[in-house]
Amino acid sequence: MSALQEVVNDTQPVETTPKKYMALGTTASVVVVLLLCLAPLIAKNFVIFQMTMVLIYAIAVLALNILTGGSGQFSLGQSAFYAVGAYSSAILMENFGVNYALTLPISGAICFLCGYLFGLPALRLSGIYLALATFALATAMPQLLKLHYFEHWTGGVQGLVITKPDAPFGLPMSQDMWLYYFVLVVSMVIYVASVNLLKSRSGRAMMAIRDNEIAASAMGVDVARYKTLAFGVSAGITGVAGGLGAIAVQFVAPDSYTIQLAIALFLGMVVGGVGWLPGSIVGAAFIVFVPNIAEEFSKGLSGAVFGVILVLIIFLLPHGSRQIAYTVQNWVHKLGRRG
Amino acid sequence: MLTLSAAALTLASPALAEGVVSERADRVIRIGNLMPYSGPASAYSIVGRIEQAYFKMINDQGGINGRRVEFISYDDAYNPAKAVEQVRKLVERDQVLLVFSAMGTPTNAAIQKYLNLKQVPQLFAASGATRFGDPQAFPWTMGWQPPYQSEGRVYAKFILATRPQGRIAVLYQNDDLGRDLLKGLKDGLGDKAAMIALEESYEVAEPSADNHIARLKASGADVFVSITTPKFAAQSIKAAAALDWHPLYVQALVAASIAAVLRPAGLDASQGLVSAAYNKDASDPQWRDDAGMQRFHAFLDGYAPDVDRGDNSVAYGYGAAQCLVEVLRRAGDDLSRANIMKQAASLQGYAPDTLLPGITVNTAADDFHPIEQLRMMRFSGDHWELFGPVIDGKLRD
Repeated sequence: MSALQEVVNDTQPVETTPKKYMALGTTASVVVVLLLCLAPLIAKNFVIFQMTMVLIYAIAVLALNILTGGSGQFSLGQSAFYAVGAYSSAILMENFGVNYALTLPISGAICFLCGYLFGLPALRLSGIYLALATFALATAMPQLLKLHYFEHWTGGVQGLVITKPDAPFGLPMSQDMWLYYFVLVVSMVIYVASVNLLKSRSGRAMMAIRDNEIAASAMGVDVARYKTLAFGVSAGITGVAGGLGAIAVQFVAPDSYTIQLAIALFLGMVVGGVGWLPGSIVGAAFIVFVPNIAEEFSKGLSGAVFGVILVLIIFLLPHGSRQIAYTVQNWVHKLGRRG
Repeated sequence: MLTLSAAALTLASPALAEGVVSERADRVIRIGNLMPYSGPASAYSIVGRIEQAYFKMINDQGGINGRRVEFISYDDAYNPAKAVEQVRKLVERDQVLLVFSAMGTPTNAAIQKYLNLKQVPQLFAASGATRFGDPQAFPWTMGWQPPYQSEGRVYAKFILATRPQGRIAVLYQNDDLGRDLLKGLKDGLGDKAAMIALEESYEVAEPSADNHIARLKASGADVFVSITTPKFAAQSIKAAAALDWHPLYVQALVAASIAAVLRPAGLDASQGLVSAAYNKDASDPQWRDDAGMQRFHAFLDGYAPDVDRGDNSVAYGYGAAQCLVEVLRRAGDDLSRANIMKQAASLQGYAPDTLLPGITVNTAADDFHPIEQLRMMRFSGDHWELFGPVIDGKLRD
């Protein structure tokens, strides 16, 4: 092993998170789910739409969290998988008349395959080099979507317009509310499945690779298999998020899925807390709402205000929302002991 | 006496206050807008600033039919998903009467279906894509500037008239602007489309146009159509001059600005360039004494003194805002959304200050492309010289 490789491999990119801290406790989970279920009953339609977007981005951030927090691999290319998922759903719905709900598993499967295949060459790269390779994927994607050969399906630069689904069985709720609950159910299923995945044998193997690749392989973990598996699972979940995003926004175009989206998802993961799955929704809320708050301060300097907020958060809360959650948890425990 | 009148005032005030409140809601016209204040296209957001300033001037002059204009503009970062979120905020929370001059093709396309479903006017969308002038499919959406396809047809007419035996080389940006304009050019050439010897596309992310120009020159073409945005337009002009290639050079109007393109590329290299225009170029000395442009400069002096007047976006924002004010003025006291669309679709021969002489805004119930006329111009010395008649690039045939 060359000196350079050693230097790169020695710095552990993601700090170790014990697996018992990966998920929320039962009480906290019930409270969060109840809040998410009741919120749309009092909110206006466009707020429900914003919350739907938060949930969708939360799924995508969660997928990145499995990859980075779980198996210790970086990716700046999540926007590419998100785009593939979005376009798969859009094309299936508009060109082939497939039901929107059925397009999601198909999008997920297509993206799983893409992620798995991309994971194979990516095995040879680690740390910052992997980040660069995935970065290339993200920058290439919008151009691929514009290619003449696919234009018949993708709509080229003009994109595709999608019809928004109505609530089924004549349920008396608006399209927005129905879509919100639909996305909520999908995201809860994905969350529970992800927590179980990380608690399983495969999850332990991924975390062993994250903590020390050599030790893991010495213990008999098939490093190549689990690294590509993590890539595949992460891409698949991102694809489902992309499909949901396309249905919610009712429009896909190459310019929606630039490197900006990949960076936003990365940002959401850091703000939410790397390796802490419940933080995904906090991170997603950050990337949806904080740019709006920054805009309230100043239109011309919204980017700068956003930057200042971000620097403050990283400075005060280097572990993201996980840090707040732990602090609150400690207070609750102390109160419980006193009472 | 004083106490008496004070008492009368207090007695009257509840009724008065009520009247004021209901009147105030009636005395304000809320206009929504989306601009890329952040992100890769933030240079275009100057349009939003100019429109904001224009409505401030209108308010200072007493508003429109006595009503004040409230211009609410949000950042969409040129991102379609963000545009949908922000436009819903405008319609559902801010209750805007209409959405005006939202910037960009992907963003306008993303909000088009929603606004038509809600029957909220999407007026003067700031994009030249043809889809924003389709009254059958989208009766609540109207563009403003000449569609890119019209511009392509105008160039085709010009080339067929001046170089009927020419060989054409095309360089185009690989996005909706480039593709649409190229389609218009081909449609305009019709069965003579084989005149196009070589077409090359480039991506916005490319560092330079030099290689493309070398290949295009090697094709032996004697007509060059450059469908490029400012940075690439300037590079192309420079590269063609450096390679000693002197075709009939047609530059798309999106990058025909003297200040932003020709001066950086070099005025010597730009001599003889041909383009089409509908707006007056504010940095062009020939409009110094034009009445419309004097009003334009007076407005900038008072309300936006720090902007770069050579930027085409400044004249664009002024013209679009003036056109909207005209529509609202004609709508009178019937500020229903249906009436506003009706007024917007019945503009005939209206000429905002910034349009070239002879070019007017014309709409009808089946024509949602307000500006379809262009004039050819040739660069000579330090300004564009208009030549030939007003050319109609109508798409409806």
